[in-house]
Amino acid sequence: MKRKTLRLYLVLISLALLGTATMLVLNAFDREIVFFFSPSEIAAERPVPGRVIRLGGLVETGSVKKLDDGATVSFKVTDLKAATEIAYRGVLPDLFREGQGVVVEGAFNDSGNFVASQVLAKHDENYLPPEVAKALKASGRWQEGAGTEATPAAMPANSSATSGASQ
Amino acid sequence: MHRFANPGRFLRLANRIQPWLKALTVLGFIIGLYLALWGSPPDYQQGETVRIMYVHVPAAWMALFAYLLVGLASASSLIWRHPLADVAAEAMSPVGAAFTLIALITGSLWGKPMWGTYWVWDARLTSFLLLFFLYLGHMALLGAFDDRARGQRSAAVLAIVGLVNLPVIKFSVDWWNTLHQPASIVRMGGISIDSSMQWPLFAMAITFHLFMLAAVIERMRTLLLEARLRNQRLAAFERVGTQARASE
Repeated sequence: MKRKTLRLYLVLISLALLGTATMLVLNAFDREIVFFFSPSEIAAERPVPGRVIRLGGLVETGSVKKLDDGATVSFKVTDLKAATEIAYRGVLPDLFREGQGVVVEGAFNDSGNFVASQVLAKHDENYLPPEVAKALKASGRWQEGAGTEATPAAMPANSSATSGASQ
Repeated sequence: MHRFANPGRFLRLANRIQPWLKALTVLGFIIGLYLALWGSPPDYQQGETVRIMYVHVPAAWMALFAYLLVGLASASSLIWRHPLADVAAEAMSPVGAAFTLIALITGSLWGKPMWGTYWVWDARLTSFLLLFFLYLGHMALLGAFDDRARGQRSAAVLAIVGLVNLPVIKFSVDWWNTLHQPASIVRMGGISIDSSMQWPLFAMAITFHLFMLAAVIERMRTLLLEARLRNQRLAAFERVGTQARASE
């Protein structure tokens, strides 16, 4: 074997090994790398009160209320299977609305309510001029908050992971 | 590949195409920026803020593309000892680092009004920051040794190792849930950007490619001329040395 070919194989094999090692490491850290949990995951495994976590999903339609103190907003974050009630005092991002994907950071308090310290809006991968979005909605080919696709942008990774695996 | 291995031939070719490339880049920016700032509609959700996309997305693509090229150049330097490969890698990494920084900054400025934060440690943003550090490491290693060849060797190894990060960046939004939204262009199920925004984006992307090519060729030209200068100085020193010895 020529030295060039040998070096080529050496580089390719090292890259393959390195790639495999990286994949194994990333797989092992899967739960740590995830940016947010879904309401279903929270429902299945309730985190201890006071532990700061991030929760992601869609703002449930019709769930946004202003509480009596005038500053606290309460809403539900849903993944269409389970929903978690959130209380938040502070400025909401511009994109915050019912049906929109959001990520909230906060913790459960001792009485079991989720108190958010930060609310982040997620936007989806669809870019449209307002007129086109309106026309799509008028023709019924549009689901609010779900984009033009069946899977909303802020759905938990499981759904996109399965679609990723089928690619 | 080895046709252009001769630096002299490369320099002649570069001198010939460089003016055209620069002119095309300027023209591309005029057309692309016009389309991005005036010739495209606001987004139904983001409004005018969506125009950040026309800089952010091409810059991020270029950051990834440039790193891929640095990696390939490094591999061909290590495997085939291609004489121009080290020059290409050295020329490309600051350009790629600049695009990475542009993507990080514009993304941060976009994140504040849309997400409500300048920065989060989600998988996409973190892996992209890692890309920036890989570029910095590559540049630092190149200059870290007195023996330039040793620096090029170690930098090439780092660049190849860092290639692993590229698929992680690309698929981070699919593998894990992130604050960053999934891909809009290169994805299953077709493009999810309306054509009235897609063409301005493509115009900007083509312009960014031209710009990167022009910048890299310019830097390669400079690096080659610097090398030539170094060799000439060295030769001059040696001449003076032999003359001095001869006159003693």
